[in-house]
Amino acid sequence: MNARYVYMDYNATTPLRPEVRDLMVRMLDVYGNASSMHELGRVARAEIEEARAHVAALIGAQNPSRVYFTSGGSESNNTVFNTMFLIGRNQKRRKIITTSIEHPCVLNSAAHLRDEGFPVVFLPVDKYGRVEMDAYRAELSSDVLLVSVMAANNEIGTIEDIKTIARLAKEQGALVHTDATQAAGKIPVSVEDWGVDYLTLSCHKIYGPKGIGALYVRERAPIEPLIRGGHQEGGVRAGTYNNLGIMGFGEAARLARIELAEYGQNVGRLRAMLRALILERVPNVRINGHPTEVLPNTLNVSFPGAEGESILLSLDLEGIEVSTGSACASGSLDPSHVLMAIGLGPELAHGSIRFSLGKYTTEDDVRYVADTLPPIIARLRRMSTVPAEEIMGEMHTEAAHTEEAE
Amino acid sequence: MDAFQWLYSDIVKDHFTNPRNVFDPDRDKDFKPDAEGMVGNIKCGDQMMFMLKIHNDIIADVRWKTYGCASAIASTSMLSETIKGMNIRDAYHIKPADIANRLGGLPENKIHCSVLGDKALRAAIDVYLEQHGRAGEFKGEDAQIICKCLNITDKDIEEAVKQGARDWHSLQEATKIGTVCGSCKTKAEELLHEFGHIYS
Repeated sequence: MNARYVYMDYNATTPLRPEVRDLMVRMLDVYGNASSMHELGRVARAEIEEARAHVAALIGAQNPSRVYFTSGGSESNNTVFNTMFLIGRNQKRRKIITTSIEHPCVLNSAAHLRDEGFPVVFLPVDKYGRVEMDAYRAELSSDVLLVSVMAANNEIGTIEDIKTIARLAKEQGALVHTDATQAAGKIPVSVEDWGVDYLTLSCHKIYGPKGIGALYVRERAPIEPLIRGGHQEGGVRAGTYNNLGIMGFGEAARLARIELAEYGQNVGRLRAMLRALILERVPNVRINGHPTEVLPNTLNVSFPGAEGESILLSLDLEGIEVSTGSACASGSLDPSHVLMAIGLGPELAHGSIRFSLGKYTTEDDVRYVADTLPPIIARLRRMSTVPAEEIMGEMHTEAAHTEEAE
Repeated sequence: MDAFQWLYSDIVKDHFTNPRNVFDPDRDKDFKPDAEGMVGNIKCGDQMMFMLKIHNDIIADVRWKTYGCASAIASTSMLSETIKGMNIRDAYHIKPADIANRLGGLPENKIHCSVLGDKALRAAIDVYLEQHGRAGEFKGEDAQIICKCLNITDKDIEEAVKQGARDWHSLQEATKIGTVCGSCKTKAEELLHEFGHIYS
């Protein structure tokens, strides 16, 4: 075990925060089936509805009953795409527009619809990861059934302009979905302000338990159950209520909403500090993602000449936990689809590291990472066949100096 | 269980954190190899280079460079240690599985994509042989027959990939492999994938 331990992979998952843990422990014996009419059932039901109100408040939904609990982000996203399959297969309006940088559960759901004969478009993004709006406008028509664009990207943290994307979709009468799994609890999220019909949430990204998430569905927006059975969740999602998960989610959402501004300031300051220290201490690096429209906690950096898995495991041996866009870590040959979509090229994508900070990250953590990282990169580059300068030199000057232009 | 071991053995960890015979730009600036060989492509995530000093067909000294994941670095390091003092003919015939075994095993998906050191080593030895008027001397000695009907070996597939074959169709055009019974297709496609990664 290392003397120091720094977790910087909060976009992968977060630890259970003590307040949520305490509540869940208190609620462990609330075993009543919330569908039961008797008192135990009603007690559980009351807690669940309170949790629903907290989740609704986090995403600015005026009517909590439009929030449906699911097993997580993947199920929420699948529920939306399955609904599109059921309503779109018998009508002309069936075109699906999404992006090339979505989470695999959206990409694969969209690809499934394409295999079923639906016209599906994966929009390109610019070098910062923002949807190419001209390409988007060109694809919009009265045939579009659904536009699904993530609110913020998990790998590079880029925030999409959901409000504009939704407005343009609405002009064509299309439905709008956003996967806000990474955005919720990090930046303001509002289904009313954004004007979306569907919004996906996951609890374990906001310091709550795993195995619970939610799908917001606007009034009169069509929705079909992915899991059929009883009449729970208004018939939209069958299965006995996950009492503990839902209650934990409610508490995590309540706290996330209260602390949102403070979180943004603290984590944003630490991210800026880490970014500055890396730029100062490691030559030939590239910061990926949008310079300003970016999650306050996400810092994605390419270290050409050093390979991502080697960087990740070297940091891991020093007690630092991060993730990589390298293919080698996954055992496939293609590096991250997100990094490729922003035009990085495999030489840079293979050597990319995502530092995702969180509410428990400290200045000491950032300093420890900034002290530990430079010799690791230097060591790997010294034994590398390709000099970092050469890769940087091959890049467009504009892209190489993204950070300086800020 | 040590959490690191879940992914890699302690031997891999040792060679990854403390690689043997790795080329150091400062310490080894006067290292004058008799032959060099490089394989892999940084676009695929792995690239390896071997530098050999050879006296009387014995590998007297070795340096290497690697761009790649932990198992790529560790496997090249292990190979470099293995071949020191070895006859170039024996070194030429070392297989990825031999290196993986010496490392205490590697995850299955890592053996094909990260153990390229043996190919870089062979490339270096081939250069050496060519320089000494012995081009191709060891070629074919360790060939393994893949297509029994037409007597086509892994070396034939490797050569076809070097010449540009990238899928089953183009491989068949180049070698006529699998045009009789076709039972070799799975194995041949595995090799196609592996060599395609190395020679892309």
